[in-house]
Amino acid sequence: MLDWLEKRVRRLGEPVVNTMEKLGFGFRFLMAVLWHSGTSFRRPGLVIREVFFTGVLSLVIILVSGLFVGMVLGLQGYDTLVRFGASEALGVLVSLSLLRELGPVVAGLLFASRAGSAITAEIGMMKATEQLAAMEMMAVNPVARVVAPRFWAGVLSMPILAALFSAMGILGGYVVGVVLIGVDAGTFWSQMQAQVDLFNDVGNGLVKSVVFGVAVSIIAVFEGFDAPPTAEGVSGATTRTVVTSSLVILGLDFILTAFMFRGI
Amino acid sequence: MPLSSPDVPADSLVDIDNVTFSYDRRTILKGISLKIPKGKVVAIMGGSGCGKTTLLRLIGGQIKPSKGEVRVAGRVVHELDSDGLYHLRRKMGMLFQFGALFTDMSVFDNVAFQMREHTELPESMIRDLVLMKLNAVGLRGAAKLMPSELSGGMARRVALARAIALDPVLMLYDEPFAGLDPISLGVIGKLIRDLNDALGATSIMVTHSVQESLRIVDYVYFVSEGKIVAEGTPAEITASAEPYVHQFVDGLPDGPVPFQYPAKPYTDELMGVRRA
Repeated sequence: MLDWLEKRVRRLGEPVVNTMEKLGFGFRFLMAVLWHSGTSFRRPGLVIREVFFTGVLSLVIILVSGLFVGMVLGLQGYDTLVRFGASEALGVLVSLSLLRELGPVVAGLLFASRAGSAITAEIGMMKATEQLAAMEMMAVNPVARVVAPRFWAGVLSMPILAALFSAMGILGGYVVGVVLIGVDAGTFWSQMQAQVDLFNDVGNGLVKSVVFGVAVSIIAVFEGFDAPPTAEGVSGATTRTVVTSSLVILGLDFILTAFMFRGI
Repeated sequence: MPLSSPDVPADSLVDIDNVTFSYDRRTILKGISLKIPKGKVVAIMGGSGCGKTTLLRLIGGQIKPSKGEVRVAGRVVHELDSDGLYHLRRKMGMLFQFGALFTDMSVFDNVAFQMREHTELPESMIRDLVLMKLNAVGLRGAAKLMPSELSGGMARRVALARAIALDPVLMLYDEPFAGLDPISLGVIGKLIRDLNDALGATSIMVTHSVQESLRIVDYVYFVSEGKIVAEGTPAEITASAEPYVHQFVDGLPDGPVPFQYPAKPYTDELMGVRRA
């Protein structure tokens, strides 16, 4: 009986202990990345190169997705607003939805799938093929040389991608609302200009995208660095990056929204 | 063959003193002691999983011993702080089993990597040095290729050029002959010997390729089950009557290292199955 109970308690405790251990290791890893970020700032070329891989190469999926999300918002928004005779507010609806929520969140989710998974797979494979160990043996710290530039590239790229996503979305909303449906262009833009607040809407959206950028980037580099050096280990780490990043983005979005817009 | 053989001079560059290493409750090295004399090429041989690579990782400071000391140039490796360890590693070169070339860099950039990281040399001088290193391994013409365009033997030679980029005092080779064709094997063997003598370095080679190693090394240690079971010069090893050495050198399937993994008696096992 006692054995049975002990087994059950152990089974319950093991995942908790493992999760806490991983969280602790993850936090220490973040501290190490920040501590070893000097190389990234002294040699911006290292970060710029990674911005190309994480940011520039994610542009296509971000821009196309932004355009379609904006177009769908235009259609759905018009359909709802026209029932209340408020179709002139379409520009406001599209822009606020994108700037406050969809821009940072959807861009974050796409960024995690496109760039986050690539970062994890790359670092994981470097570990599996002993490239990180070789770097260590050459007296070059892989956290400073490999991890930190990728982390900062992600942090830099994410807000820019989210902004471009929102911009393309607004363009998509314009194409559907103004060009195809025939909402007045002057009303579309002037309502947007009057109702969108630089600090509350654009600023808060920017804060969200920076937070998501930090979260996705640290998860991606951590999972890659922590991946077991096998094909199975790397594939598991890549999956974990996408799943964990997505959940963290959605959770953080709720928390940030609750703090940002509680007075409105 | 005693540990204090007259062939091993007192002024050793690497001293492994009674080292025990365990991983996940499994003891890999059991109180192992050996000395690597300056200027020599020494092979550490043994079957797969006997702890050879663990020894190299202990010397490079990638792992710490559970007991005992590893001293390189008189300094205890596991007692060094991160700066001290990196300082020591700048004097070491390591050739990994499959080269471990940086796949996102060209051959040239791989060899130039350490020079760019650790020196303030102008790019023109780095270019000359890299071409000299590549020329030494016969691959000056491959400078612009990417690692994915190289054969296994070429990748190993580029990795060797990268390892000697800063003229190391101590060279560590992890299975340098694994998976190579006979020509590449001969080339790598000759390069290891020639580079060691040209640089005035000391080389430690972990391997299970008997014939290639015996051709180029000065001294051999045999490791089995985490202990040194035999040692000697290539001539002594070839003439050795030690059962383990005999089995290893001649590649016999059964001997001190049994063919069968430990198991219950065969008949018991079969009868047990029938009963079940």
